[in-house]
Amino acid sequence: MTAILIYSDQDGFALELATAARSLAPDQLKAVTVNNDAQAQVLTDAGVDVLKINNDGIVLADVAVVAAVLAQAAEKANADVILLTSNRRGKELSGRLAQLTGAGCLTDVSHITAEGGNIQGRRNALGGATVAMQAINTDKKVFALMPRSFEPASGSGGSMEDLVVNIPAASVKLVEIKEKSGDNVDIEAAEVLVTVGQGLADVSQLPAVEELAKKLGGEVACSKPVATDKKWLSEERIIGLSGKKCKPKLAVILGISGQVQFTVGIRDAKTIISVNTDENAFMNTMADYILVGDLHQAVEELNSKL
Amino acid sequence: MNIVVAMKQIPDLQQIRIRDRQPIFEDVPLTLGSIDKNALEAAVQIKEQQDAQVTVLSVGDENVEDTIKEAMAAGADQCYLVLDDELKNAESSVTAVILAAALQQMEDKPDLILFGEGSGDNYSGQVGSRVAAILDLPQVGFASSIVVEDGRATITRSLENSEEVVEVSLPAVVTVMADINEPRIPSVSQILKAGRKPKEVVEPDELDVSIEAGKIDTISNLAPETERKRIVVKSVDELIQALSSEALIGR
Repeated sequence: MTAILIYSDQDGFALELATAARSLAPDQLKAVTVNNDAQAQVLTDAGVDVLKINNDGIVLADVAVVAAVLAQAAEKANADVILLTSNRRGKELSGRLAQLTGAGCLTDVSHITAEGGNIQGRRNALGGATVAMQAINTDKKVFALMPRSFEPASGSGGSMEDLVVNIPAASVKLVEIKEKSGDNVDIEAAEVLVTVGQGLADVSQLPAVEELAKKLGGEVACSKPVATDKKWLSEERIIGLSGKKCKPKLAVILGISGQVQFTVGIRDAKTIISVNTDENAFMNTMADYILVGDLHQAVEELNSKL
Repeated sequence: MNIVVAMKQIPDLQQIRIRDRQPIFEDVPLTLGSIDKNALEAAVQIKEQQDAQVTVLSVGDENVEDTIKEAMAAGADQCYLVLDDELKNAESSVTAVILAAALQQMEDKPDLILFGEGSGDNYSGQVGSRVAAILDLPQVGFASSIVVEDGRATITRSLENSEEVVEVSLPAVVTVMADINEPRIPSVSQILKAGRKPKEVVEPDELDVSIEAGKIDTISNLAPETERKRIVVKSVDELIQALSSEALIGR
């Protein structure tokens, strides 16, 4: 029986991959970890059988080397299907690993199902204007799954086994790891997002928006022009195609018309409020609650009443 | 130094309309991927600091010949195009094989091969990694800075929560982030000169490579259905009431 092999550089995301793999086939899951005993333990505790690779010659920054060792792990596990996380590390890895193993590859997959003997993945296409259901027609398949699209797995009775691999010559030298300077906000993890667009008249209005976000227990996010053109907020806070894809419980959208390049990043929010002076703003068609009016007044009133 | 920038022709996404959930491509102009333009700008900036030649490489149908002029105006020295009607909308794995073959055939051996971190339309982000694998080259994705010196590149890779500074020896494949730079807007004279820059157009046969079958089947591709309540509230008070009743505030 072939296995489904999972790998992520992040422990939490690895647990999400375990859930995804079990949804495809309950008992074909195997995980591989690279120089990460803590993750091997976390996965074992969740009932996953883990192949542990420990070798100082492997640096995660060297994608060529990581792809080469994962290809060996897939062979050892007899895995035709490999699930990775579609974060930056995983995305970069997926293409290389797919090429090494002769696999077709889908990245940024938000949902997978086993259908008629194959696996179908759902992902955005055409810059988010459409959502495509796609399948890989080769035996070997690599899927990179969007973070936070699956619940973390739980369970018990997993196992650990050491795996020895051949390490190709290093191709990348890691010089330094730097914490991101400036804004360390993680809007993807926020349960509430108060999101401003070009309807925000002036940067002096931002503190009121920040106050509202705080009152709602969330973070401030923005559409791209607010960060890249106006530079009122950091690029870490951009929602949309070239920014973050978020699914908060509540998204308060202030003065955003709702082009698809933006909405693709927020359309999975549970509840959306749109405040806009234009009652015909496209954003309103995607909202649960629509308040037609001036966002600055609305923010002020919300701040005084909440 | 030879810098090759791989660029993809895509429909202008802003102009795609949706009818009955289907995307309509009729009369939608073609352009180049937006992050691909950042990759080109990164190449042109390196060329401004040292002796380098910038070649744009693209794979697609015959329309690419016209679409690519935009890149020639924005600072590329020449272009190398692999054209075939069958390469229209080619799947990532297919494109990668053709690109790799083209890179191997180039007379001036590429030192630095640049991509955008994802195409504007499909944003799959695999092609750069696949090309690096085929050519057995080192790769660094998501670059927010590239400094080239003495046959080596020092690159900052931007991850979600940290940045890595790495060194690679050239040749190497690098994909860039959109925020690495602001692509220049070509002047009128640059646009006029663009058409006269050297251009090499080949067919896949001439590269001794065949167009493989795509590895992906698309079952459906539709605009998402939005199932939202679309309740218009008359006042902030009404909004607060609605949110309280859904237990979204006052927790």
